Amino acid sequence: MKKTRLNSNHKKLNGKMVDFFGWEMPVEYSGIVKEHLAVRQKAGLFDVSHMGEIQITGSQALDYIQYLTPNNAAHVNAERAQYSALTTPEGTFIDDLLIYLGEDNKYLLVVNAANVDKDFKWVSSHTKGFDVDVKNLSDKYSQIAIQGPKAVEILKPLTDVGLEEMKAFRVAFGTVAGIEAMVSRTGYTGEDGFEVYTQSNNPGKIWDALLEQGKNAGIQPVGLGARDTLRLEACLMLYGNDIDNTTTVLEAGLRWLVKFKKGDFLGREALLTQKKEGLKRRLIGFELQGRGIARSHYPVYIKGEKVSEVTSGTFSPYLKKSIGLAYLPIEYTEKGTEFEIGIRDRRVKTRVVPIPFYKHDD
Amino acid sequence: MYPEDYYYTKDHEWIKIEGNKATVGVTDFAQKQMGDVVYVELPEIGTKLKFHKSFGVIESVKAVSDVYAPVSGEVTEVNEDLNDAPEILNEDPHKKGWVIKLNIEDKAELEELMSLSDYEKFLEGLED
Repeated sequence: MKKTRLNSNHKKLNGKMVDFFGWEMPVEYSGIVKEHLAVRQKAGLFDVSHMGEIQITGSQALDYIQYLTPNNAAHVNAERAQYSALTTPEGTFIDDLLIYLGEDNKYLLVVNAANVDKDFKWVSSHTKGFDVDVKNLSDKYSQIAIQGPKAVEILKPLTDVGLEEMKAFRVAFGTVAGIEAMVSRTGYTGEDGFEVYTQSNNPGKIWDALLEQGKNAGIQPVGLGARDTLRLEACLMLYGNDIDNTTTVLEAGLRWLVKFKKGDFLGREALLTQKKEGLKRRLIGFELQGRGIARSHYPVYIKGEKVSEVTSGTFSPYLKKSIGLAYLPIEYTEKGTEFEIGIRDRRVKTRVVPIPFYKHDD
Repeated sequence: MYPEDYYYTKDHEWIKIEGNKATVGVTDFAQKQMGDVVYVELPEIGTKLKFHKSFGVIESVKAVSDVYAPVSGEVTEVNEDLNDAPEILNEDPHKKGWVIKLNIEDKAELEELMSLSDYEKFLEGLED
């Protein structure tokens, strides 16, 4: 199994290690609920070094990224990151990602750990006609996320980056705990916070410094278990669950990601057609009315007929409710619509609710 | 940690026997594996349980786990407290977190159970 540079740090903290797409990663340290609530109320520290980083350079790097992604990458600069996707000609997902312009003026696509090889192949194989060079730098980067209402207070004394004036999705370069890093006000929890990228061989110094600095503020190391429940409450998509190469960007409810006016990109025509013709299905949020937890792949029934499966589902540690996401035929996507989910031998009443399930106060 | 007068199964249930009656729960090892328990699906009183068959479900945030009958018998009581406060299964798995009580049908089945020392050896084997 592959290990991040923080592997021994997790073991020292008694992290329960699991195989996550070939990476040995902590699923939890003190318990999913405790870690989840720490992020909502105080702060949590995440090792997300397993994420992939693909660098794109060359005179047409921006043109190429514009071609691969539906959002307008012209807005990406050294101070501004962007959420976007790699799309197929059908308008479905190869992956979702963040786009950065690194300190060295080179573009960086930050992609899901499970998809690094596939994405690198995809990005490398469409370069015909573009003067670009594509490199997989995933092994060089470590990434540490600090998330939660106390993130600013904890990170501030350790960095020369001006955190307070940074807005969401803004980026700055500087040092954290004396180590050169790129800091962005981004995350995957629905909470305020930062992601710290470094090419240092010793990211453990940043990790340890943040844990020490955050001790009194109640910081907790957080594993993949709570990372999943946090992102689901905030309705942040998980590739492989909620989005994949069979679901389009529009069906996933990410219309804001698609900038038809920017010019051609992979999937533009298909998405434009789908927009004109109207969606046949859409991703909705639901809340279970009966008892139980709806998990990924549990069957979804409308009027007794199976129409789809749950894409993600969990017990929400913050809202104390059973929540989840599923694709429903468009005529059943109004909030308040009732349907059923099969949990073992029972059919449990479920209701479409507005998403996100959770949004933090500004 | 583990009570000496209980018996244990390879599926990590414990059983406390008093005459023909038994109380059944899951072990501390099991609750640690499951993590935060958020929902317990209990059988109805009167349900006839079959040896080694699943009689209920414990859901933690991350997983669904079956609970198996350590012996055959009829359910006489279920721990209703688990409906309102499933976390007691994490906090006190061997006492307040009991799951069901039953009338033992066939005492011969008890021979399949492990004593505490056997269970501890069994756990050691798992941790390799």
